[in-house]
Amino acid sequence: MHPVRRQRLFFILFIVFFSSVAVGLMAFALRDNINLFYPPSMIVAGEVPLDRRIRAGGCVRPGSVSRDRETLETTFLLTDGIVDFRVHYTGILPDLFAEGEAAVVNGELRADGGFYATQVLAKHDEKYMPPEVAETMAAVSDGHDESCEVVQYGS
Amino acid sequence: MSFQFDSLQDFIQMSGHGPFVWACYGITFAVLVYLVFSPLVRRRRLIRQHQAWLKQMDRVREVARQA
Amino acid sequence: MSNWQWFHRLGSPRWFYYKTEGWVPWLAAVSGILLVLGTVWGLAFAPPDYQQGNSYRIIYLHVPAAFLALIGYYVMAVAGAVGMIWRMKMAFVVMKSAAPIGAALTFLSLVTGAIWGKPTWGTWWEWDARITSMLILLFLYLGIMALQAAFQSRDAADKASALLALIGTVNIPIIYKSVDWWHTLHQPATLKLTSAPTIHSSMLYPLLTMILAFYIFYALVLILYTRAEILRREGRTQWVIDLVKEEAKKP
Repeated sequence: MHPVRRQRLFFILFIVFFSSVAVGLMAFALRDNINLFYPPSMIVAGEVPLDRRIRAGGCVRPGSVSRDRETLETTFLLTDGIVDFRVHYTGILPDLFAEGEAAVVNGELRADGGFYATQVLAKHDEKYMPPEVAETMAAVSDGHDESCEVVQYGS
Repeated sequence: MSFQFDSLQDFIQMSGHGPFVWACYGITFAVLVYLVFSPLVRRRRLIRQHQAWLKQMDRVREVARQA
Repeated sequence: MSNWQWFHRLGSPRWFYYKTEGWVPWLAAVSGILLVLGTVWGLAFAPPDYQQGNSYRIIYLHVPAAFLALIGYYVMAVAGAVGMIWRMKMAFVVMKSAAPIGAALTFLSLVTGAIWGKPTWGTWWEWDARITSMLILLFLYLGIMALQAAFQSRDAADKASALLALIGTVNIPIIYKSVDWWHTLHQPATLKLTSAPTIHSSMLYPLLTMILAFYIFYALVLILYTRAEILRREGRTQWVIDLVKEEAKKP
């Protein structure tokens, strides 16, 4: 390769490399802000601000969802399999919200340890299959969100 | 492999998700058609501009010859 | 030097213009057929999803559009790098042509994603890492289009755009890996290079058909944009003057 062209090539590689390093360091420094939500472990450990709008995410603990017939209030537990916290929400839940599936909630954590959500989002997985296949699969695994499949619901 | 819907009505409604699905297909195909036609239209316009420029050059040459 | 001949030929706008003339109808026919086939297959013949029902059918547009939006960025950045290193004007023409196509595909993946998000997640938009980095990609494409329009000097415009395109390549692996690196609302990738796809084969084949259709469609549109841009930039050369005179004879 002609020396001038090689020099230009190095210039380009230099630009790509150093802009990658710069952006990489920025992303690393801001990693807590880039995460859309806090995991249950941080909520329970009190590592999140109280009474401020935050998002939290986890798996909806099977059997923990209870709906109040009159006030439309729903409460459920979000868990990572080790710790969980209670979410209170009044309103319509998304179609894909279900026990054993992942959800992201938007709201405030209060001093009583309860999370008061104004919005509940369902987080679905990257698996797609026809209903018949899912039924036969259910015999093998419970067919839940992969991130929630490994969770041991115990007790 | 078979048609997945019981009727045309069912196909359009898609058990309530119809508006979302059809909106996506509508918008996407509109954009794809635009992507094909915009360079074709641009090419035609450029050729017409070049033709106008050539004509103008001919006129300039004509004037220069007469002078 | 004969093995470099193709490279030098590729650098000739005239050679490119006449070489691709015959490709256009073929690419148009194949991509058109595949798009119709994939759409009908995905909309009507692929089974519904066990969780999402019919709303998942948006995947047949969302994934191919996002795929080509990312790959199109590399096409643009590599063309910019070739233009910078070899001072090849054809490379800059391709770089400029790739920008509006990439912008349109990024826009499509954002819009179809938003429409898909409403019935499944429960929201149109969330500032999660995947969606935000995709929005940055749209702004990168738009920034390159703006730079192309902003400079008086063609040379300055091309060099500035190439520089921005190269810096922006950082964003592509971030978009791709964002769902693995951070907590996001967006699910991880369904099609991966390193492991089996997590989509049932009856839904996978129409998806692969659509991805192939989008690839060929991308090649078609890139060629069309490049040919138009060649005519613009080469307007004062003898071969374009001859071509314009030929066109004038046609009805």
